[in-house]
Amino acid sequence: MLARATTWLTILRISIEERLVYRGDFALGTLMRFLPIVTQIFLWGAVFEAIRASGSGADSVAGYSYHDFIAYYLLTMIGRAFSSMPGLASGIARDIRSGTVKKYLIQPIDMLGFLLLYRTAHKLVYYLVAAIPFALVFWLCQRFFPGWPDAITVAAFLASLVMSFLLGFFLEATIGMIGFWFLEISSLMFVYMLFSFFFSGHMFPLDMLPGVWGPLVRVLPFQYLAYFPAAVFLQKITGPELAWGLAVELGWVVLFILAARATFRLGVRQYSGFGG
Amino acid sequence: MAVIEIQGLCKSYRVYQKREGLLASIAGLFRRRYRTIEAVRGIDLAVERGEFVAFLGPNGAGKTTTLKLLSGVINPSGGTARVLGHIPWKRENTYRRRFALVMGQKNQLWWDLPAAESFRLHQQIYRIEPEQFERTRDDLTGMLSVGHLLSQPVRELSLGERMKMELIAALLHSPEVLFLDEPTIGLDVVAQYNVQAFLRHYQEARRITILLTSHYMKDVAALCRRVVIISLGRIIYDGSLSGIIDRFGGQKVISLQMSNGQASAADLARYGEILQADPPRVKLRVERSIVPQVLSNILAAHTVEDVSVEDPPLEQVIAEVFSWKGEGGGRMMNDK
Repeated sequence: MLARATTWLTILRISIEERLVYRGDFALGTLMRFLPIVTQIFLWGAVFEAIRASGSGADSVAGYSYHDFIAYYLLTMIGRAFSSMPGLASGIARDIRSGTVKKYLIQPIDMLGFLLLYRTAHKLVYYLVAAIPFALVFWLCQRFFPGWPDAITVAAFLASLVMSFLLGFFLEATIGMIGFWFLEISSLMFVYMLFSFFFSGHMFPLDMLPGVWGPLVRVLPFQYLAYFPAAVFLQKITGPELAWGLAVELGWVVLFILAARATFRLGVRQYSGFGG
Repeated sequence: MAVIEIQGLCKSYRVYQKREGLLASIAGLFRRRYRTIEAVRGIDLAVERGEFVAFLGPNGAGKTTTLKLLSGVINPSGGTARVLGHIPWKRENTYRRRFALVMGQKNQLWWDLPAAESFRLHQQIYRIEPEQFERTRDDLTGMLSVGHLLSQPVRELSLGERMKMELIAALLHSPEVLFLDEPTIGLDVVAQYNVQAFLRHYQEARRITILLTSHYMKDVAALCRRVVIISLGRIIYDGSLSGIIDRFGGQKVISLQMSNGQASAADLARYGEILQADPPRVKLRVERSIVPQVLSNILAAHTVEDVSVEDPPLEQVIAEVFSWKGEGGGRMMNDK
């Protein structure tokens, strides 16, 4: 057990070191993440300005005020910082196609465990570097927030973020391992990104959705990637609904861990060792 | 008991067949045609502990597929194999800690980090005791003279240096069986020689079992007493290297240095095929069985300053074996 923990720590440490090699690219990537929020602030500012100019007297859209919108987008940005996995699925598919995946079959190491630690290292370095700009943006935008929620909400928010990281990881890893059968998964990834963009709440708060769309997105796992943590922080989900939401999120995490494990086992059986 | 035991091992792949042209590509969306490729067709092989075996064959003969089967990367279509008593494709960690696979065209080290970091990771993955790890690492880096490069990022190493680091990474856990797939591919002569010398020394000292595939006959001649030749997925020869030359090197090359003005190349053509005529030096190819007769005839009729008789280049002999379809429809021959 101790030996295994030391192995994990070594993988984590080496992954962090690797991540710190390309400082310029990393710093630029971190800063670029803040660009979309600036456009959102201007976009919704213009929308509400237009509403005010029309003289309708409404100060909210689907229950969200201008301040609510900005707070929501800032919080989904945090959610995405945990749940987005750039290059994970495409990287796994590339490794399968090029034959690099062999090393996980030859060496006494678990591919999914290794990739999870590798990704954790990337995220840790990212949070470390992004903490200052994140703090700055939230400080500048503090007037959009109603105030700090209570400790239970903050704990639930943190739990939902950790689970969104695990859900994002195992979901994308499963998609990547479809490469064992199809080799090229970029179209599949495109479809996934599209669904994820709409149904995770990245584009707009999901409780704005009319008709059957609301209940529909609630049965999909995507909402836990961005909407759910933001809604928890803004206390739009509370009490038994919050407990149930966290339980369902945990259920999705477990389901995708099992799915990823099964896909790997079946994929390796199918694998014919491409690439020499 | 043999370290590697293979019986009737088969592996076939289904490969998508695409015809040329846009229309064929569109048709391929609806109906795909596949072809089954039998990469390995019933191989039997036993390798004892401490043997250094060359696994030769033309491209696509099934060498790499066999190595992949033995290292558990792929599952077979039929037959059995046991390495160190383990079935490779069960991928048990106890087996994975006892062998290593090095592929000359594949990189296992972390590209952006110094090799020392990858070695440290291997120490953890293979659960190597710290003292043993440091001793082995220092021994190996010393033998390959790369100690001073340990803290340089792998991407900044030359191909030869990288290959040496790959070998060290593969040997840190002191594997009992080593599969080497073209370890000297793309290396310059000096680096090739260094890797060869290291492998010979290491194998002799540790008596580990090595299966090597290589297209460089110099590797094979320098390292392996036993040669297994595979062609079209079947073993067509299993025996000593000298046995191949006796069997397939049916001709010898006689190099002559004639006294000035003595015999033109045309005069000598009656003794054998002229390979090179650069007066006063001439090279002749002669059937092995009549070499003594030809030599005595030449020496009786001409004044010769120097003479030597050599086997044809190994590459040429091997090329002949590769094109040989086997006796009795590919029956395995064995000179042991």
